[in-house]
Amino acid sequence: MNEITPMSDENGEVGNDGHSHAPAKLGYSPVAEIPHRLRVTDTDPKAARRAERQVASMFTLSMVFIILSVVAYVTIDKFAVVYIPVLGEVGASNVVLGLTFGIAVFLIGAGAIQWAKKLMPDVEVVQERHDMVSEKEDDNLAAANYERGREESGFARYKMIRRSLLGAMALLPIPIIVVLRDLWITPPGENPTEILSTTLWTKGKRIVSDGTYLPVRPEDLPVGGLVSALPEGILEVQEEEHNLNARGKAAIILVRMDPEQIRSQQGEGWDYNGILAYSKICTHVGCPIALYEQRTHHLLCPCHQSTFDLADSGAVIFGPAARNMPQLPISVDEEGYLISTQDFAVPVGPSFWERDRT
Amino acid sequence: MKFISARRRNPFVAVLLLVAALGAVGITFSAVSNIQPAQASLGTQTQVEDGKKLYLEGCSSCHGLDAQGSMNGPTLIGVGAAAVHFQVSTGRMPLAAPGAQATAKEPIYDVEEVAAMSAYIASLAPGPAIPTSEDLDYSNADVAEGGVLFRINCAQCHQAAGQGGALTQGKYAPNLMQATPQEIYEAMVTGPQSMPVFSNETLPIKDKQAVTAYIMALQEAPSPGGLSLGRLGPVAEGLFMWVAVFAAFIGAAVWIGIKAR
Repeated sequence: MNEITPMSDENGEVGNDGHSHAPAKLGYSPVAEIPHRLRVTDTDPKAARRAERQVASMFTLSMVFIILSVVAYVTIDKFAVVYIPVLGEVGASNVVLGLTFGIAVFLIGAGAIQWAKKLMPDVEVVQERHDMVSEKEDDNLAAANYERGREESGFARYKMIRRSLLGAMALLPIPIIVVLRDLWITPPGENPTEILSTTLWTKGKRIVSDGTYLPVRPEDLPVGGLVSALPEGILEVQEEEHNLNARGKAAIILVRMDPEQIRSQQGEGWDYNGILAYSKICTHVGCPIALYEQRTHHLLCPCHQSTFDLADSGAVIFGPAARNMPQLPISVDEEGYLISTQDFAVPVGPSFWERDRT
Repeated sequence: MKFISARRRNPFVAVLLLVAALGAVGITFSAVSNIQPAQASLGTQTQVEDGKKLYLEGCSSCHGLDAQGSMNGPTLIGVGAAAVHFQVSTGRMPLAAPGAQATAKEPIYDVEEVAAMSAYIASLAPGPAIPTSEDLDYSNADVAEGGVLFRINCAQCHQAAGQGGALTQGKYAPNLMQATPQEIYEAMVTGPQSMPVFSNETLPIKDKQAVTAYIMALQEAPSPGGLSLGRLGPVAEGLFMWVAVFAAFIGAAVWIGIKAR
């Protein structure tokens, strides 16, 4: 409990500087240790009247701005544009409404503060607070209560009750843990590790470009080209599953480089005439990346600057990612469209507990 | 006259004048540049010869006497007229100084000289041609579709609002707020510097027009709230709040706490 207790001495008006100041009729008096300085408005009645007029004019001006803001709202066309230096072309209505109403509110506040600072009683007071530590007798009382409760409940005596209660309390968190484990909605018969490790890519699945969903031919992709791509039929799967998990896992980028510039791949002949398919999901924390520099063959993740060299098995050359970008082996079908020849050999995306250390 | 003087302060007149001025510039420009696409792809003999002269003077020291490339610059055989137009008309080439990447600056060559150089390079080997005005016409394109394609293919480097962004080791994707439809098209088909190529097969011309329409919509988008803070999103806005607005609040709190004179 905090209460403000003005310290008062006998005559209620003598401070350390010997001047008579704080209004005695209110029963306030300065605290001896704090030096008290008089304000201009305490000593000069003219200054006090000036302060009074100042506060009143702030409130009056606020009234004017309130009325102005209503007038502005009614009269200014809401699509009118006005040029203001620094800000540029801005909505006239927004600016005027903000300024008039903002100034009106500010003037009320500023007037109230000036009133308190210049005219209201100005006395140093002491606000007394309790110690943070409890009283000794309160401590003793609490300890006695606890002891009495232990005695009367017979917690020490009834061994069976005590043990069964401890057992029940120990088991209580289990349902919560089980529920947490199943926050991931696992389709029956599949385990999360398997779901995280497999994608829609299978042998012979056509590659379609993201956005247009049209199958891609190798001759469509020039050297230096980049296509964000997905497996054919992704939209149907997405609709059926009511989520984007399949898209997230199967998203890839196709890049084409001069075959001579490919230094290594994750599998023998996984490219198709210099066209490489890599997962679009960063192996660090799973940001989608297509920030590809065609000259250096670097793929940069904008989230944490992990950089992968797509000409060298998608190796990490910079940043926090710990694993190569997974490569998808590709080929063409008899109609000449790009296809995957199998699923990713390693799980895509960020690491998880059960993932093999590859 | 009275009719005109009575209405000349009408805001609509400013719009009309702007449209008329834009139209005049557009017609003049298309009159100058319309000849270009047809010629640039084939290139008249004079243009090719003029272009070769300009090439030998201004470009061959890095790209080689026969455009075969050298230690200092890549080969230009097969890059096409579009690449030459993009690089030279935006001032990126000739390179002012070696650096992480060529930056756009005031172009050195005029429209005719660029056309001649484009014709010369196009005559060496087939490559992406300068787009026709039909290719660039985005008036019927779907802006929303363009937005989707932009976010899939472009936003990773150029930022969702086209403000550009950093790449590796000092390279960067430029801001698109000054880019013209022709530059946008040429950048997509030629893949200048770090940028990958978005060919007309993987991103058909119709989709390129949609992307262009989206970028143009971004360029014209008004900023009714005033300070857009570079349209960088919540990070810039949050920083502004923490630094500028909180400083004002702290100032107000200090004023409240100071004792009156």
